[in-house]
Amino acid sequence: MAYTLEGSTGAWEVVVGLEVHAQVISQSKLFSGASATYGGAPNAHVSFIDAGFPGMLPVINKECVAQAVRTGLGLKAQINLFSRFDRKNYFYADLPQGYQISQFAHPIVGTGTVEIELQDGTIKHIGITRLHLEQDAGKSMHDQHPSKSVVDLNRAGVGLMEIVSEPDIRSPEEAGAYLRKIRQIVRYLGTCDGNMEEGSMRADVNVSVRKPGEAFRTRCEIKNVNSVRFVMHAVEAEALRQIEVWESGGEVVQETRLYDPAKGETRSMRSKEDAHDYRYFPEPDLLPLVLEQGWVDGLKAALPELPDEKRARFCAEYGIPFYDAGVLVADQATADFYETVAKGRDGKLAANWISGDFFAAMNRTGKSIENPPVSAADLGALLDLITDKTINGRIAKDVFEEMVETGKAPGAIVEEKGLRQVTDTGAIDAAVTKVLDENQDKVAEYKSGKDKLFGFFVGQVMKAMQGKGNPALVNEAVKKQLG
Amino acid sequence: MFDLTLAGAAKALKAKEISAVELTSAYNEAVAALNPRLNAYITTTPELALEQAKAADARLADGSATPLTGIPIAMKDLFCTEGVRTTAGSAILEPFVPPYESTVSGKLKAAGAVMLGKANLDEFAMGSSNITSFYGAVENPWKRQGSEAKLVPGGSSGGSAAAVAARIAIAATGTDTGGSIRQPAAFTGLAGIKPTYGRCSRFGVVAFASSLDQPGPMARNVEDNALLLNAMAGFDAKDSTSADRAVPDFTASLTRGVKGLKIGIPKEYRLEGTNPEILALWDKGIEWLQAQGAEIVEISLPHTKYGLAVYYIVAPAEASSNLARYDGVRYGKRVDGADLIDLYERSRAEGFGAEVKRRIMIGTYVLSHGYYDAYYLKAQKVRNLILKDFTDAFGQVDAILTPTAPSAAFGLGEKMDDPVTMYLNDVFTVPASLAGVPAMSVPAGLSADGLPLGLQVIGKHFDEETVFAVSAAIENAAGFSALPEVRAK
Repeated sequence: MAYTLEGSTGAWEVVVGLEVHAQVISQSKLFSGASATYGGAPNAHVSFIDAGFPGMLPVINKECVAQAVRTGLGLKAQINLFSRFDRKNYFYADLPQGYQISQFAHPIVGTGTVEIELQDGTIKHIGITRLHLEQDAGKSMHDQHPSKSVVDLNRAGVGLMEIVSEPDIRSPEEAGAYLRKIRQIVRYLGTCDGNMEEGSMRADVNVSVRKPGEAFRTRCEIKNVNSVRFVMHAVEAEALRQIEVWESGGEVVQETRLYDPAKGETRSMRSKEDAHDYRYFPEPDLLPLVLEQGWVDGLKAALPELPDEKRARFCAEYGIPFYDAGVLVADQATADFYETVAKGRDGKLAANWISGDFFAAMNRTGKSIENPPVSAADLGALLDLITDKTINGRIAKDVFEEMVETGKAPGAIVEEKGLRQVTDTGAIDAAVTKVLDENQDKVAEYKSGKDKLFGFFVGQVMKAMQGKGNPALVNEAVKKQLG
Repeated sequence: MFDLTLAGAAKALKAKEISAVELTSAYNEAVAALNPRLNAYITTTPELALEQAKAADARLADGSATPLTGIPIAMKDLFCTEGVRTTAGSAILEPFVPPYESTVSGKLKAAGAVMLGKANLDEFAMGSSNITSFYGAVENPWKRQGSEAKLVPGGSSGGSAAAVAARIAIAATGTDTGGSIRQPAAFTGLAGIKPTYGRCSRFGVVAFASSLDQPGPMARNVEDNALLLNAMAGFDAKDSTSADRAVPDFTASLTRGVKGLKIGIPKEYRLEGTNPEILALWDKGIEWLQAQGAEIVEISLPHTKYGLAVYYIVAPAEASSNLARYDGVRYGKRVDGADLIDLYERSRAEGFGAEVKRRIMIGTYVLSHGYYDAYYLKAQKVRNLILKDFTDAFGQVDAILTPTAPSAAFGLGEKMDDPVTMYLNDVFTVPASLAGVPAMSVPAGLSADGLPLGLQVIGKHFDEETVFAVSAAIENAAGFSALPEVRAK
């Protein structure tokens, strides 16, 4: 079912395109040797180039170029062997040169495509228009002094990748799924940490609405939205606003807007008339960026396995359902954890344990996949104990909790507590006999047709054996003795 | 002592006929005596010069000297010099003492050259007469016969030109964007070369128009230029547009001669209304080269006539962006305002002079939405055609000979009412700048009223050697030996 919003004149379709700004992971800035590390004392990571001193010239950081190419490859996009930097001119206190070096006419990455999965399992492809490299600005702060603004240039000149999507997104859910997918890809690639709270990833959201089947109507751009949730909310809030404008006989004007998460609404930032004339022109301080196909091929060969491929492989190699595989490849660390546990073992069992007890323990203890409540090796060892029938599944859960609590290895816990599964049929038979003797009345009821009581007898036997009985053998013995 | 060329002084220093301290002291005194009148230096650095001279003497003693060790030079005040005030001829940088050194000035320093001071220039190198400097006009040491009228030294490297011509520096650095080395050299009887774009690093040189700016030397003769360029040129990883190619010993080409060389004479440069004296000098240059065995070939540079128009779109466009950083926020002049925009407007209104403002406005206009295609983009296309003109011509010839400037030095106050008339000074020099090819002005004769005139030799990309060879041949034939009236003696 296509997502629509109901207005007084009927259903409206939402059209969304995203511009994602992703900060490049690199040692130094895009055009200077200053550190690109987040944080640090204000203006601690600033070179004369970043601060726009006279006579200073930019020099392209090759690693940032490589990161952009890797990201382009991850987006299954065209890598442009020829690209060029342009100057985007505007005045602001945190833009030291008075222009931002960006790529306007010739971006480093061209069209590509990203696959997103929706809640109902639908797969949809979102087109990528382009990815270009540009430098970040500094940060103006207006609350540090009663009458002055202060500027921190630590971020000025840090490399950004702007990833522009086609207007293929049709709902808040798709917008969220797209943004999460982009984040997942750059994190897999190690090209951006995707941390939206620290601002290393943020999105400009272009929204318009139309009646189904119509051509595009005027769009508005919502600037700098900094969480997946806010992007989804902003899409809906802005779409509803536009519908109201259209339906009340008005016209949506192209403008830049801001999303206010507290009020859950967008408000105008500047209209088209006030829009900057950026006076783009080719950056004369830099030569065009010319890449060799061989170099690009080398980067491609060294790319890590990406989430879509990993997911398909997990399904094929470990025989797990597509949905489960999707959960496990959500991030690289989880996928690695799973694969360490699953390698050489029952892949389904591993998947069930990780998405069940393990995730529950992780959430409960507030730990993370990087610092897990139980190591992958220990969890694997626990699965081995189940598979070789040293313990049964019921006991395994107790052992797991003990592992979480004490950090001890499963083998040690099993030995220490004597939890080894009882497969001695003599012992099992004796236990069954005892339970049936003690419950003569129930045996009679069972025999008169109350079949459900079978489970009761098995439970009592297991209880008498402190849960250590081999479930299959216990079942068999109960059945035999009941005749 | 003041008659020594750079090469001559180097020889005297090496032979211990004179010490670097003696030479520098003499020049320091000459600067102190003449600079108040000529205004060739914005900042003089006599103590620093003496210190450097002492170090030079030590190098001369221990054998680590280069041909530039102990040579007192003027540094155009567009080169950032660590610890020494740098103004770019503008009020907007005041106060600015760079915490870094430009690559070219650093190379000269490393070679042991002694810096006497920072030479005056048109504000941000925008001008052809050195009258736009916030620090005042520079007086040309040359006078018209029988006249005491003050003449301009040309620009924008007018301070450098006046200093060398008046013997208050042995040589100087300049920068050339559309003729800023060649035209003042012609106006003051000096030789000066704009190297191939990319030959010298622009790192640390205050930018005017990035795709055109090129540092180069100015000196009393062609040989001195070769010695200076040997030290100034070379790849610099800090300037992405600098060329990663070997630097030859330019002095080796001085004695090559021109026998067998094909010299192009662009027919389009015989502009209507050009001063007959200039045309006559050009003809003389042709004869000299022919007499020394060169073959003269008439060539066509058909897009030359658009050169000035293209230049006055491209250069202001880049300048309008390059000068955006002078905003009063981080360094230099700040005039506080009610808010950020007010601060910008006040700081820039007070900090920039009229010519700079004019070019920022032209540049902003030609890059603006709706005008970009008609001006900037069209200009870039024509620039490519101009480059192609040169490439085609250099398929036929080894070098091109033209006049440097359409007239001799003019009077202070002349040509001031109409900026376009002023821009016409660059008509012969601008095409080579747009094409990025090397070009040198050589003093070749005197005007009827006794002012120096120059001829321009244009070469292929990175073929400064042929430019030097042809220039040396003209220099030999011209035997230019006239001296300006105002000079250290």
